[in-house]
Amino acid sequence: MSATDGSAHADESNSPGGRGQTKPPRCGGFLTMLRAALVLLTFCTVLTGIVYPLAITGIARVLFPWQAAGSLINRKGQPTLHRRSAIGSAQIGQYFNQPWYFWPRPSATSPVPYNAAASGGSNLGPTNPTLIAHIKQRVQALRNADIGNSAPIPVDLLTSSASGLDPDESVAAAYYQIPRIARLRRMSPRRLKKLIARYTSGPQFGLLGEKVVNVLELNLALDRAAPYPPAPGASFNHLRRATVR
Amino acid sequence: MTGEAWLQIGLLMLVVLLLAKPVGAFLARVYEFQPLFGLDKLFGPLERGIYRLCGIRMDDEQNWKQYAAACLVFNFLGFLAVYAIQRLQGSLPLNPAGMKALPPSLAFNTAASFITNTNWQNYAGESTMSYGTQMAALTVQNFLSAATGMAVLVALLRGLARKTTSGIGNFWVDVTRSVLYVLLPICVIFSLILVSQGVPQTLERYVHVKLVQPFEPAAATGAAARPGAVTSQTIAIGPVASQEAIKELGTNGGGFFNANSAHPFENPTGLSNFLEETAILLIPLAFCYTFGRMVGDTRQGWAIMAAMVILLLAFMIPCVITEQAGNPLLAKYANQRQTTLQPGGNMEGKEARFGPINSAIFVSTATGTSTGAVNSMLDSFTPLGGLFPLWLIQLSEVAPGGIGSGLYGMLMFVLVTVFIAGLMIGRTPEYLGKKIEAFEMKMASIAILVPPSLALLGAAVACVIAPGVAGIANPGAHGFTEILYAMTSQANNNGSAFAGLNGDTPFYNIVGGLIMLIARYWTIIPPLAIAGSLARKKIVPAGSGTLSTHTPLFVFVLLGIIVVVVALTFFPALALGPLAEQLQTFAGHF
Repeated sequence: MSATDGSAHADESNSPGGRGQTKPPRCGGFLTMLRAALVLLTFCTVLTGIVYPLAITGIARVLFPWQAAGSLINRKGQPTLHRRSAIGSAQIGQYFNQPWYFWPRPSATSPVPYNAAASGGSNLGPTNPTLIAHIKQRVQALRNADIGNSAPIPVDLLTSSASGLDPDESVAAAYYQIPRIARLRRMSPRRLKKLIARYTSGPQFGLLGEKVVNVLELNLALDRAAPYPPAPGASFNHLRRATVR
Repeated sequence: MTGEAWLQIGLLMLVVLLLAKPVGAFLARVYEFQPLFGLDKLFGPLERGIYRLCGIRMDDEQNWKQYAAACLVFNFLGFLAVYAIQRLQGSLPLNPAGMKALPPSLAFNTAASFITNTNWQNYAGESTMSYGTQMAALTVQNFLSAATGMAVLVALLRGLARKTTSGIGNFWVDVTRSVLYVLLPICVIFSLILVSQGVPQTLERYVHVKLVQPFEPAAATGAAARPGAVTSQTIAIGPVASQEAIKELGTNGGGFFNANSAHPFENPTGLSNFLEETAILLIPLAFCYTFGRMVGDTRQGWAIMAAMVILLLAFMIPCVITEQAGNPLLAKYANQRQTTLQPGGNMEGKEARFGPINSAIFVSTATGTSTGAVNSMLDSFTPLGGLFPLWLIQLSEVAPGGIGSGLYGMLMFVLVTVFIAGLMIGRTPEYLGKKIEAFEMKMASIAILVPPSLALLGAAVACVIAPGVAGIANPGAHGFTEILYAMTSQANNNGSAFAGLNGDTPFYNIVGGLIMLIARYWTIIPPLAIAGSLARKKIVPAGSGTLSTHTPLFVFVLLGIIVVVVALTFFPALALGPLAEQLQTFAGHF
C-alpha cells in the first residue's frame, strides 16, 4: 500500500487551472491514511452502529411502543405490551391443523411449521417432484377434513409461504374453509363470512399489496364467537351441511 | 398482465422519477459543498470534528491513486472489524439469545459480503447473529459500503467535470458527507415509518408465547420432527427497523432474518413493501440527475436514466407476467386464477400480502439494483420468472444498479459505446468534451469483463467439483440455475439467492468471498483510474461532428451494447438452466 502511495506522490504533479481545485494533493503518507481510516471507522461504528439504532429504539418506544415490541396480542386479540399475557404476534402466523380452526398457509420452517425463530421458504423449484408431492398431500388433508367439499382449492392454501410465518391468507382460502368450520362450530356461513370480513385488510389505501385475512386473529375471534366443542343445542343448522356460494 | 400490475409498476416508477430530480439536486449540493437547508448547520460541527481527528482538511484533494488507496484501506479495516466482531460475538454485549462465535470460513464470507455491498448471506440472521453483531458490524457496513460506492461515483463525476487537474476529491470527506447528510437522515425517517407499519425495534430478548392450538409435529411435517406436542412459539425480534432502512436505501439487501423482506417483521404491509422498493431505487436513479448537474448538462443524466429505466422495465414486466400466470404443473390441484378474492398465480414461496405482482416487482427492483433483498423465494419462481431477475444481475448491475456502483458501472458502458460509435462514424471518441483514449478503454473493459468472467468461471468450477455440486437442493436444470445464480449474484455484488443452494460450506464460503472481493474492487479501481485520467485532460468544445450523447439514438445504441456485451455472454448458460427447465414444464416431464 505504501508503495502505491509513494509512486502516487512522485508522478502526480498538480497542474493548476481546473474547476477550482488547485491545491496539491496532501493526504499523503500511509500513516496519515491509516489514521484517517481508523478514526472514521470508529466514528461511523459508534454513530451508525450504536447511536443510530439506539436512538431509533428510544423514539420508536415512545411513538410506536406496540409495533416496536413485536405487535403482540392477547387471547382476546387485543394489542398488548405484556409478554406474559401475549398469545402471539399480529404479524406472525401460528400453525393450526385442527379442523375446527381456519388453517393457515403451509409453512416450510424447520423443525416445526411456523417456527418464528427460523424463518424461510421451501425453496422447492417449480418442477421439483417433491413440490408436487407436497401439494398432493395438502390437497388430501384438506379434502379429508371436509369430505364432500369439491370446490377448487385456492393456490395459496396449498403452497408454502416465503417466510414460513405468513400471518395471512387470501379471502378465497378462508372462504374455502367455511363449510367445514360452519359444520363443526355450528355457525352459519353468513356469520363466518362476516367474521372473515372483520379480519380482512388491504390492499392498503386501496392500492398497495393484496387483500388478505389475518388467520391468527380470525381464529381467536372464532373461539370467542363460538367455542369448540359447541355447547349442546347451541346452533340451528348443524344438521344440514353448510354450503357457501 | 392485469390492470393492478400496471398500476403498481406505474405508481412505483412515478414516485421514484418524481423524486429523482430533488434528491439528485440535493446530492449534488452535498458533494459540491453547498448549503444543505440547515442540515449542514446541524451536523457541521460534528463533521469538522471528525476531519480534525482524522488529520485532514475538508478541501484536501487526492489524486486517483490516493483516493483508491484510501478506499481500499478503509474497506480492509471494515473487513477486519466485521470479521473480528463475528468471531468474538459470544463474549460481546447485546447478545440476549446467546449466539456463539461464527466459524472462520462463514465469518470470512460474511465480512467480504458486507464490505462489498453484496450482502450475500450464508447464515440465517435470527439463529446466527446477535443484536450487537447486527448493529455494530452489519448495519455499519451497510452504511459504509453504500458510502464507498457513492464516493467512488462522485470521484468519477468530478473526473468528467474537471479539467487539467489531478485532484478528484477526498475519499474521507466524500464518505463522511454521504453518511451524515444523505444516508443517516433518510434512514432515521424511513426506519420510524417502518416501525409504524409493524417492524420491531427493540433490544429485548425473543418472545415466547403459548400457542393457541398446540400440535403434534409428526402430524404437521411427516416424520423428521421431534416427538411430543409443540405448545409454544419463539418469536425472534430485535433492532430490525434501523437495519432494514439502510438495507434498502444503501442497496445492500442483507436481511435481519433469514427470510429477508419476505419476513412479516421486515416487510409487514403493502406500504412498507412499496417504500422499500422506493428506497432501493431512490438514490441510484437520483444520481443520474446529480451526474447531469455536476457535468453541467442535465440532459446527459436524463439520457442515462432513460436507459436504466427501459432496461429495468424490460425485465420487470415479463417477470410479473410469468409469475401471475402460475405454475402449469400445479394447475391440476390448485386454483391459480386471479379473482377478487385471491391474487392467484405462482404462490409457492410468496407471501399472501404481496401476491405474485408485488413479489415480482420487488425482486426485479432488488436485482436490477445490486440490493439482493427478496420478498419472495426466487428458487420457487417459475423458470422464466426466475430467469428475469437472474438476467438483471447479469447486466452487471446497471438497471439502475447499486448505490453509486450502478452509475459508475453504466458510465463504463457509456465510454465503450462512445468509442464504438466513434469508430463507426470515423471520429475521435469524445464524451462530455473529454477524449476517450486507449487507457480509458482498457480500464472500462476491465470493469465490464471482470464480473461476467468471475460468474461464469465460478459456476463452471462449481459444476465439476464435488463440493460445488454437493450444495444443490433441486434436481436437474434447476440445480444448475441455483449454482449459476449464486455465482452471478456474488460476482456482481448483488447478494440475492436462489436460496436452495447450501452455501455455508468451506468451498462456497471461501470461493464466494474471493469472488465478491475481486468483483467489487476490480470494478472500483478502473473507474477511479479513468477519473484520474479524465480530470487531467482538457475539455474540447463540442463541434458539428461531435457525437451527441443525450439523444434517443445514443440511448438505443447504449442499450444495444449492454445487451450484446453482457446479456448475451450469459445466454448459453441461461439456456442450460432456466430456459431448459421452462421447456420441461411445457413438455410436462421433468
